[in-house]
Amino acid sequence: MNGRESWYDDDAGPLVRPFTVTRGRTKASRTDLNMITMVIAAPGESGRGLDAEYLDILRLCRSPMSVAEIGAKLNLPLAAVKILISDLIEGRYLLFSSPMSSYETDVPDMNLLQAVLDGIRRL
Amino acid sequence: MAFGGSDAGGPGLGTSAVKVLIAGGFGVGKTTMVTSVSEIQPLRTEEMISAISNRTDDLSGVEDKRTTTVALDFGRITINRSLILYLFGTPGQERFWFMWDELATGALGAVVLADTRRLDGCFASVDFFERRKIPFIVAINNFHGEQAYTTDEVRDAADLDAEIPVVQCDARDRDSSKKVLETLLQHLIARTMRAHAQAQTQARQR
Repeated sequence: MNGRESWYDDDAGPLVRPFTVTRGRTKASRTDLNMITMVIAAPGESGRGLDAEYLDILRLCRSPMSVAEIGAKLNLPLAAVKILISDLIEGRYLLFSSPMSSYETDVPDMNLLQAVLDGIRRL
Repeated sequence: MAFGGSDAGGPGLGTSAVKVLIAGGFGVGKTTMVTSVSEIQPLRTEEMISAISNRTDDLSGVEDKRTTTVALDFGRITINRSLILYLFGTPGQERFWFMWDELATGALGAVVLADTRRLDGCFASVDFFERRKIPFIVAINNFHGEQAYTTDEVRDAADLDAEIPVVQCDARDRDSSKKVLETLLQHLIARTMRAHAQAQTQARQR
C-alpha cells in the first residue's frame, strides 16, 4: 500500500483532477459501500495534495468511522459522501471493512448476536 | 468477514458494524430512545430518495418522479473492540422512509415504538417489517406516565404473532431503553436458535 512515488500516478485515475465535491456524479464507483461500512485512513497516509473534502474525510478516519458518521459530521448526504469515500478507497487512501454476515444470509450469526447482547448489558 | 482497500491486501481495519432500527409513528420518541442509550450525541444523516408520486399527467400518462431528502438521527454503542452497534431512528416522513431500501437492508432487527394515545401510528412500521421479514419487537413508550393499554391489548390491535415480544418502556430512561434492546436481542437469538434447530431436523429427515 505504501512506497508510491507520488499519489498522482496514472492508476489514481480521476483522483488527480481537481473537482468540486463529486463533480456532478450521483453514483459511487463502488457499490459495496453502505451506511454502516467502516472505513479507516491507510497507515501513514496524509493525503497530501488532495482536495479539502478528501482531507476532511481522512482526518475523521484516523480511527474507524462509518459512512453515515462521516456524512453527518461533514454535513453531506449519504449519496455524496459515498462517492468521495469510494474515490479514496480506489486511491488507497482509505481501507474499508466489508459488511457483516447478516447482510449476506438470512440467518444471523449466533456469536454476533450474543456479542451484541453482552455489549448492551455492559452499558 | 474480510477487510481490504481497493484490493484484498493491506492492513486490517478490524472494526465492523451492525445496525438496529428504531421505528414507529411521528413523535413517538424514536430520537429520544436513540439519545438515551447512545454513547455519542445523536448525529443526523440525509439521503435522497426517488419517489414516484401518484400524480400523473393526464395527457401523457407519465408518472411524476421526484426526489426528496429524508433525514434520520442515529447513535452509536461500542459493543467491543471490533464491533459497533448503530441505532437508526427512522425518519418522521413515513411514506418516504419505506422507500429507503438501504436503511432496512442488513438490519439485525427493529424496535417498533408504540404510543398508546395514537396506537395506529405504529401499524405502518409493523407492516413494513413483516413484509421485509425483518425481525422486530414492539415497545410501548409510556413517557406520559399512563399505561392506557396492556401489552396484550396492543398485541391484539396490531395483530402480532404470539412470538413477537411486546414490552412497556420509557424511552427517556437509559436503563429502560437498554432493557428494550436486550429484549430485541434475546428475541433475535431465540429466532436464530429455532432456525438452526429446524435446519437440523430437516437435515435428519433427508
